[in-house]
Amino acid sequence: MVTIFIDNVPYEVKPGKNLLEACLTLGMNLPYFCWHPAMGSVGACRQCAVKVFKDEADTKGKLTMSCMEPVRDGMRLSINEADAVEFRGHIIEWLMTNHPHDCAVCDEGGSCHLQDMTVMTGHNYRRYEYQKRTYRNQYLGPFLNHEMNRCIQCYRCVRYYKDYAGGHDLDVFAAHNHIYFGRSEDGVLESEFSGNLAEVCPTGVFTDKTLKQHYTRKWDLTMAPSVCQHCSVGCNITAGERYGTLRNILNRYNGEVNGYFLCDRGRFGYEFVNNPGRVRKALVRSQLPEAVNPVTAIQEAVAILRTGRVIGIGSPRASLESNYALRTLVGEENFHHGVADNDHDLADLALKILRDGPARTFSLKEVETADAVFILGEDLTNTAPMLALAVRQSVRQQPLQQVAAAKIPLWQDAAARELIQDQKGPLFIATFTDTKLDEVATATYHASPDTIARLGFAVAHYLSDNAPEMNDLTEDEQVLAQRIAMALRSAKKPMVISGCSSGSEAILKAAANVATALFEQNPATGISLTVPECNSMGLAMIGGHKLESAFEAVQNGYADTVIILENDLYRHACKTKVEEFLNTAKQVIVLDHTHHATTEKAAILLPAGAFSEADGTLVNHEGRAQRFYQVYPTPEDIQESWRWLTDLGTVMAHPQMINWHNIDDIKQAIAQELAQFKGIEGITPSANFRVAGQKIARESHRFSGRTAMFANQSVHEPKPPEDPDSPLSYTMEGFHGEAPAPVNPFFWYPGWNSAQSVNKYQEEVGGHLHHGDPGLRLIEPPKESIKHYFTVIPEHFQPIRNHLYMLPLYHIFGSEEQSTQAPAIAQRVPEPYVALSRADALELDKQEGQVLTFSIEGIVYQLQVRIDDNLTKGTAGLPKGLRGVPFAEMPAWAILNKEEPSWKNQPQIIS
Amino acid sequence: MLTQEEIHQIEHEISLVPHKKAACIEALKVVQQHRGWVSDEDLKATAAILDMTPDELDSVATFYNLIFRRPVGRHVILLCDSISCWVMGYEGLREHLMQKLSIKYGETTPDGRFTLLPNVCLGTCDCAPALMVGGDLYQNVSPEQLDEILSKYN
Amino acid sequence: MEKPLTQHIVPGRSPLSLKEYEKVGGYQSVRKVLKEMTPAEVQTLVKNSNLRGRGGAGFNTGLKWSFVPMGDNVPRPKYLVANADEMEPGTFKDRLLLEGNPHQLIEGMIVASYAIQADISYVFLRFAYKLAAQEITKAINEAYEAGYLGKNILGSGYSLEMHLHTGVGRYMCGEETALLNALEGKRANPRAKPPFPQVSGLYGKPTIVNNVETLCCLPHIVNNGAEWFKGLSRNKSEDAGTKLYGVSGKVNKPGCWELPMGVTVRELLEEYAGGMKNDYKFRGALPGGASTDFLVEEHLDVKMDYNSVAAVGSRMGTGTMIVLDDQTCPVGFVQNLQHFFAQESCGFCTPCREGLPWVEKVLSSIDSGTGKQADMNILDFHTKYLGPGNTFCALAPGAMEPLQSALKYFREDFERHIHEQRCPWRS
Ligand SMILES: Cc1cc2nc3c(=O)[nH]c(=O)nc-3n(C[C@H](O)[C@H](O)[C@H](O)COP(=O)(O)O)c2cc1C
Ligand code: SF4
Ligand code: FES
Repeated sequence: MVTIFIDNVPYEVKPGKNLLEACLTLGMNLPYFCWHPAMGSVGACRQCAVKVFKDEADTKGKLTMSCMEPVRDGMRLSINEADAVEFRGHIIEWLMTNHPHDCAVCDEGGSCHLQDMTVMTGHNYRRYEYQKRTYRNQYLGPFLNHEMNRCIQCYRCVRYYKDYAGGHDLDVFAAHNHIYFGRSEDGVLESEFSGNLAEVCPTGVFTDKTLKQHYTRKWDLTMAPSVCQHCSVGCNITAGERYGTLRNILNRYNGEVNGYFLCDRGRFGYEFVNNPGRVRKALVRSQLPEAVNPVTAIQEAVAILRTGRVIGIGSPRASLESNYALRTLVGEENFHHGVADNDHDLADLALKILRDGPARTFSLKEVETADAVFILGEDLTNTAPMLALAVRQSVRQQPLQQVAAAKIPLWQDAAARELIQDQKGPLFIATFTDTKLDEVATATYHASPDTIARLGFAVAHYLSDNAPEMNDLTEDEQVLAQRIAMALRSAKKPMVISGCSSGSEAILKAAANVATALFEQNPATGISLTVPECNSMGLAMIGGHKLESAFEAVQNGYADTVIILENDLYRHACKTKVEEFLNTAKQVIVLDHTHHATTEKAAILLPAGAFSEADGTLVNHEGRAQRFYQVYPTPEDIQESWRWLTDLGTVMAHPQMINWHNIDDIKQAIAQELAQFKGIEGITPSANFRVAGQKIARESHRFSGRTAMFANQSVHEPKPPEDPDSPLSYTMEGFHGEAPAPVNPFFWYPGWNSAQSVNKYQEEVGGHLHHGDPGLRLIEPPKESIKHYFTVIPEHFQPIRNHLYMLPLYHIFGSEEQSTQAPAIAQRVPEPYVALSRADALELDKQEGQVLTFSIEGIVYQLQVRIDDNLTKGTAGLPKGLRGVPFAEMPAWAILNKEEPSWKNQPQIIS
Repeated sequence: MLTQEEIHQIEHEISLVPHKKAACIEALKVVQQHRGWVSDEDLKATAAILDMTPDELDSVATFYNLIFRRPVGRHVILLCDSISCWVMGYEGLREHLMQKLSIKYGETTPDGRFTLLPNVCLGTCDCAPALMVGGDLYQNVSPEQLDEILSKYN
Repeated sequence: MEKPLTQHIVPGRSPLSLKEYEKVGGYQSVRKVLKEMTPAEVQTLVKNSNLRGRGGAGFNTGLKWSFVPMGDNVPRPKYLVANADEMEPGTFKDRLLLEGNPHQLIEGMIVASYAIQADISYVFLRFAYKLAAQEITKAINEAYEAGYLGKNILGSGYSLEMHLHTGVGRYMCGEETALLNALEGKRANPRAKPPFPQVSGLYGKPTIVNNVETLCCLPHIVNNGAEWFKGLSRNKSEDAGTKLYGVSGKVNKPGCWELPMGVTVRELLEEYAGGMKNDYKFRGALPGGASTDFLVEEHLDVKMDYNSVAAVGSRMGTGTMIVLDDQTCPVGFVQNLQHFFAQESCGFCTPCREGLPWVEKVLSSIDSGTGKQADMNILDFHTKYLGPGNTFCALAPGAMEPLQSALKYFREDFERHIHEQRCPWRS
């Protein structure tokens, strides 16, 4: 630590930072625009000026941009000196000369960094009296609005979009005071991370278009800390509600997970909650009307459960608590995990690899700082988007070492980029076909699953003789494997990324071998494995029987009654099997929040709370247990699945469940019964927690309309709803200061209404939240782990005549079930297709857009052909989970059907 | 569609620099030399050769005032409006040109012959006022001489 | 009077060919440094000669070079760039050297490149200098053919490439770091300093950017020595050599001349420029381009060298003077300048991007007779706060120099506009 004097008061600060970071970390209010903690300094806005003095005797000093000035021991500066104060005021004055002053109708109003900084500098009197310049706005797609007149030219948008997120279709145009931020022509922003612009932009140029459909000011939202439900990364989010609908998702900073950013699926997928297809009432299909009150539904369900032989089917997208409640209700021996068997085996394998080690699983933050990465079989941008964004940062690590060597501080962003130019650190990607990350890769390898695995095994062997040897490598494989091994070996913090999306066990095992072999040389080695859904890891940790065995249990009469938890089985098994299963079972009880093919078959359907109407815990791909909180009181009869199940258990006098009154009780039970979840009861303060005797308010103290907003329904002010599960209150009553991070409903601080207020909640800017980032890692490999290698190496891929080896392809917008029900996301979902290699297309005489007919496991597919130049001949790609593409367990051999005379030339699915 | 010759010239420029993008200004110059200006379509074609997106290339193209992103006449008149020429009365030239050609700054005569643009100091201040027509420099110009100068360009 | 830089330049005549240039002693300095001197010796020689950068800032050239990392284990390639962007209004000195004797520039560039062991060199030439572009292209080709450029120059083992890059507009490209961005095919925004280009310049590699005139001095320094160079100057002091001076405006013989460093303003004006035109009186002058402060009558005997001009609150800049006469409105004069600067701002930093257009509008308003007293405060605060360090680069501070000095010396003229609500020069 070094000492600096700010306005003559000494402070201890960390060396290596710039003055702005130091001042903000000390909790001071110093305005800024162009600086961003994730992106460093460029000195464009000149807003952060302070006076720096040479020594004690120097009384004149020099105006200095604090973001561009390194901290030096003994340095003296002033924030309050008159010139500095006046200059900062002028900066706002200049920025406002052309600003439209339209706060009242601006979506950013109330959470605007420009408003905050304007107030902070004290500038309030307009002297500029000429015409303002105006711009034309652009259509940027379904996610973002564009209002260029509000721009203050801080360059943050392009720096984020291009430099940080690797986008290519947003830029700055023209010069002097005509500069324009946008696209060269109207069009959908291509980056999967474009939504962050809404938070990165300090004013109202880029704002959330989905929010605009049901606009609400930040101060009028009811908000709660939550966790994204749209992939296994588990980014932390803040969800906001008003009038019973979810209004928006904001990033909730977590120093170890998502940092400042979210992907667009996470930010804009929330609207499935507001979907008209929601299940809002309990339905008992044997009654008329079907919709019944909860008591009736429970009675009916209990009657069925009492007489039936019951099995339960869990869900990778339901919380730990709900899965555990179901498992408790039906008994461990009758609990099935509810995912395709292959998916389950893979998740199990992933869990085993992470548990056994020796390499640790990296948090996203650690991935960003890895300096050599090898990805096997994962198209991260589409399967775990934020992991892809982290990898984009990792390729800068090795080049940044030169920056450090040149004594340029790493936060000098432009200077660092100038020095390293286009250099990238080692990133190797082996996938079925090209991926968006390929553009930053050192080398890519597009092959079939087994061939990818073979490359991995080869790399492992080059790294360590203990890893099994391979003898039939092609020369190309040898050269590439050696190159990868060399790059990984010479890195300081290398890592391997793989996961379940390829459907290939061999790939996972190869990845594990690489990590183990690498670990032998370098204990700093890390690994990351993706799993399919937001709680796949939690489900794998709970365990459960196979889905196939559930089908058998009903088939062979072991069971006749099924409870299905938040699961559309048609997405996890082939249609014929599911159909047979649901038709054979005497009684089907389904709990879910949205109608789908499985709910159609339910005799009793219980309306489950979607994430914003529920409390629960998810375990992300790294094994981090994270709690999400209910945002607003559940409308109508909706409640958490675990609550429905507990209700059933209670009525049935289940010895354990009868004692469960709130989520804390369930968490306690989980931690007690299942050792692997030890500690989860403590990841958040319990429901009894109070700050100075108060609950923590989900609404700001400026919340408006509380007595008026429902006056059309009743003029009585109802008693505020109570939340038995958390220390949060549903209204503006309660504590408004800084709550412990895991229960902090939103970032907001006096003078800091925008997303930038998170500075006030961090130990140091861009670092951990006060008292640590929320969540608990449940998986740590043992200290003294045995170095185990998988030894079965697959053979080279061999095409089969009249067959195609069908591989799963993923789409950030389309492959995930819930987000596609959000209208904005739905606009970005591709049409169903089958991807053919050019060689196969030629052989099959298929052109782009023509229909190919094939079948997998008896299901016939007729899909339009997309020609893919990177697929291996003999393999093909089928979009996973896409609407209009029925489930197939992949990889799988598809049989090419004899062509019917082509009387239909449009996508048509027969299944 | 760029011509073979344009593509060839752009590729030559690319061969001289460490990475493709670095040749982008040269590439724009090539296109402009052949076509007088850079249309959206040409910009896209040029960007493709440089492995850039149109957005990235346009960002550079629009920064510089002598890359024309709108059609210009056959001859571009660059009239110096900087200090020495101002002192020496360039405004007389401006008025004369605008009147004679019936166009304002940034406009092109209907017959596509001339485009009139103001330009910063042409570096010939001792011979002010000055202007350039299609790359030819004229010094110590008086409004009376303008007609004769213009008549040289068809 | 020795005129080393312009001795072989005859206006109106094409420049010397390589053969002709060699006959009058051309490229001797290249032979000398390659055969007889180490790079360190060249650096020391130039440092000792007190050559100061002619691009405007006047930094000691040898000292600037000394920050380039030398030796075997340094980043490569290293670059040398000749700054031939000359777009500062009122400046027309480099054009003379470029059109008049391109081989002299190439020779100087080879010497400079050798001194810093550059591998690649560029001439960054502004768009408008069409003739210069032709002549330089020709000269570079000749130099390659004669073996002064390319691999293993004159068998010395030293190799150097040279290219001509012509710009596509924007005054900003003359700022050395913005120039590097332009050369890299980017928007010509300036870069933060530190790191300086000597350490991380073109493509992140060590780079020196020197003005054309600076480079043209080098062959003569190498051939004749540091002491000789110092002796050329009137002062025989810190500001060594000769300098290209120019005068434009309402004078009898506007032009550009090579003279000993340190001639006085009066000499330039009266002797070389032939005095003010009939009926015009001298009111002031910007001594070295648009971004320098006015000198007025009382400064006529100031020596035109870096230190002397700085001592009276201005800058020598490029040494090419723009004269303001009594029949030209000073408000209109600075309005024209501010229009230029506002337009040529790159748009990167707030004070320049937003401040200069405001200043321009205020000045237009005063000039056209709609100004208010409060406008003076607006001008004043801009001159106070658009200073060096407050903006990202030196463009805006440069813009403030003529304005602040005009407000100092011609304040009554501004006030008169406001009080009379008209321009006294116009009606
Ligand atoms: C806005 C701006 C424009 C400039 N334009 C030129 C120019 O056209 N030519 C030039 O030689 N220097 C110009 N300079 C100065 C250069 O940045 C740099 O200092 C100079 O090229 C260094 O060369 P020297 O050391 O030989 O003087 C400019 C500076 C600024 C801030
Ligand atoms: S002062 Fe700022 S805006 Fe102006 S040219 Fe320099 S960097 Fe660009
Ligand atoms: S925050 Fe420091 S200059 Fe913008």
